[in-house]
Amino acid sequence: MADTQLPLWEVFTQAGHGAPHEHAGSVHAADAEQAMQNARDVYARRGEAVSLWIVPSSAIIASAPGDAGPFFDPGNDKAYRHPQFYKVPRGVKV
Amino acid sequence: MKGPANAGTGPAHAGTVPPVAGKREAEIANPLFEYLLRLGDDRLVLGHRMSEWCGHGPILEEDIAMANIALDLVGQGSSLLKLAGETEGAGRDEDALAYFRSEPEYRNAQIVELPKGDFAFTVVRQFLFDAYSVLQWDALQQCTFAPLAGIAAKALKEDRYHLRHSGDWMLRLGDGTGESHTRAQSALNDLWRFTAELFESDAVDEAIHENGVVVDLAAIQSRWQQTVGDVVRRATLTLPAAGASSSGGRRGRHTEFLGHMLAEMQIVARSHPGAKW
Repeated sequence: MADTQLPLWEVFTQAGHGAPHEHAGSVHAADAEQAMQNARDVYARRGEAVSLWIVPSSAIIASAPGDAGPFFDPGNDKAYRHPQFYKVPRGVKV
Repeated sequence: MKGPANAGTGPAHAGTVPPVAGKREAEIANPLFEYLLRLGDDRLVLGHRMSEWCGHGPILEEDIAMANIALDLVGQGSSLLKLAGETEGAGRDEDALAYFRSEPEYRNAQIVELPKGDFAFTVVRQFLFDAYSVLQWDALQQCTFAPLAGIAAKALKEDRYHLRHSGDWMLRLGDGTGESHTRAQSALNDLWRFTAELFESDAVDEAIHENGVVVDLAAIQSRWQQTVGDVVRRATLTLPAAGASSSGGRRGRHTEFLGHMLAEMQIVARSHPGAKW
C-alpha cells in the first residue's frame, strides 16, 4: 500500500552540549519548519534535547540488506583489526 | 460558595478601588484575585478545549503537538489559580477554584470557551489568543508583583512556541487548498467579534496598579493588530470588518457553551470530592 502520509524526516537529538546528535526516530511533515516543530513535540518535549537535526529521509543513503555479507562479515575474522592484544597499564580503564 | 465579585461581601479595603464613572458594576472586593482568575480561567478553559483534540488530531504528530499545548495551558491555569487562591486567602486551592466554581463565577473571555469546531477553527482561535497572550506575558514579566512575574516569564517561553505553531498553521491553511482556505476564513469571520473583549479594561485593571501590575492594553492591542494583520495577509486571508462584538466573560456572563464544558470538566471532581489517584 502506498504511503499516503506527509513526507518522512529523520530526527537527531543532542542530549547535552558537546554530546553527539543521535538518531531518535522519524516524523511526518509537509516541510522543514513543520518537521522541526513535530520533532520538538515528539522527541524533545520532556527536556531530552538541547539541539535537533532534521534530515529528509530520502537524503539518507543506506546500505542494502544484500550488502550485509560483503560489507560487514569480513571484519570478523581479521582479529588484528581489533586492538585487544595490548596489555593495558594498571589504572587505565577500558 | 460566594462568588468573589458579589456585592456586599464587606471588603476590608474596598476604599482603594477607584470608582468608575457610568458603570453599575458590583464593587470588586479583591481586584488582584479577580485579575488572577481572569488570567487563569483564560488558560484553563482554552487548555481544556485544546485537550478535546487528544486522540482526534489530523495526524499523529499534530495530535501530540495539540496535547502538549493543552498541557502547557492547563499548567499555566493551575499556577495562576493557585496564586489566586493564596491571594484570596480563603483556603481555596487551584483545584477548588477549577472544579468548584460554576459558570457565572468563571472569568475567562468568551473566545476561549467556544467549542473546538473543526481544525481550522481551533488553529485560528489559538493563533488569535497566542498573539495576545505573548504580549500579555511580555508585559507581566516586568511587573513588580514577583509571583506573577515569575509565572509570566515561564509562560512566555511556552506561548512563544504556541504562537510559532499556530502562526505556521495559519499560513498553511489560509494559503493551502481551496477547502482549507475557506474553512480558515470562515473561522476567522466567526471568531472576530469575540476578540475585542481581550482588550477591554475595567476597574480591576485600574485597581491592580497598586499591586505593581500595570499592563498597557491599548499598546498590546495595537501590537496584536500588527501581528494578526501581518499573518492574515500572508495567509491570503481577509480581516473581517469591524462590527458588533460580544463580551461579558470577565464579569461572568458567558455563551451557552461554557456550562456544558464545565459540566464535563468538573463531573469527576464533584462526584468524588477529595478523591486521590
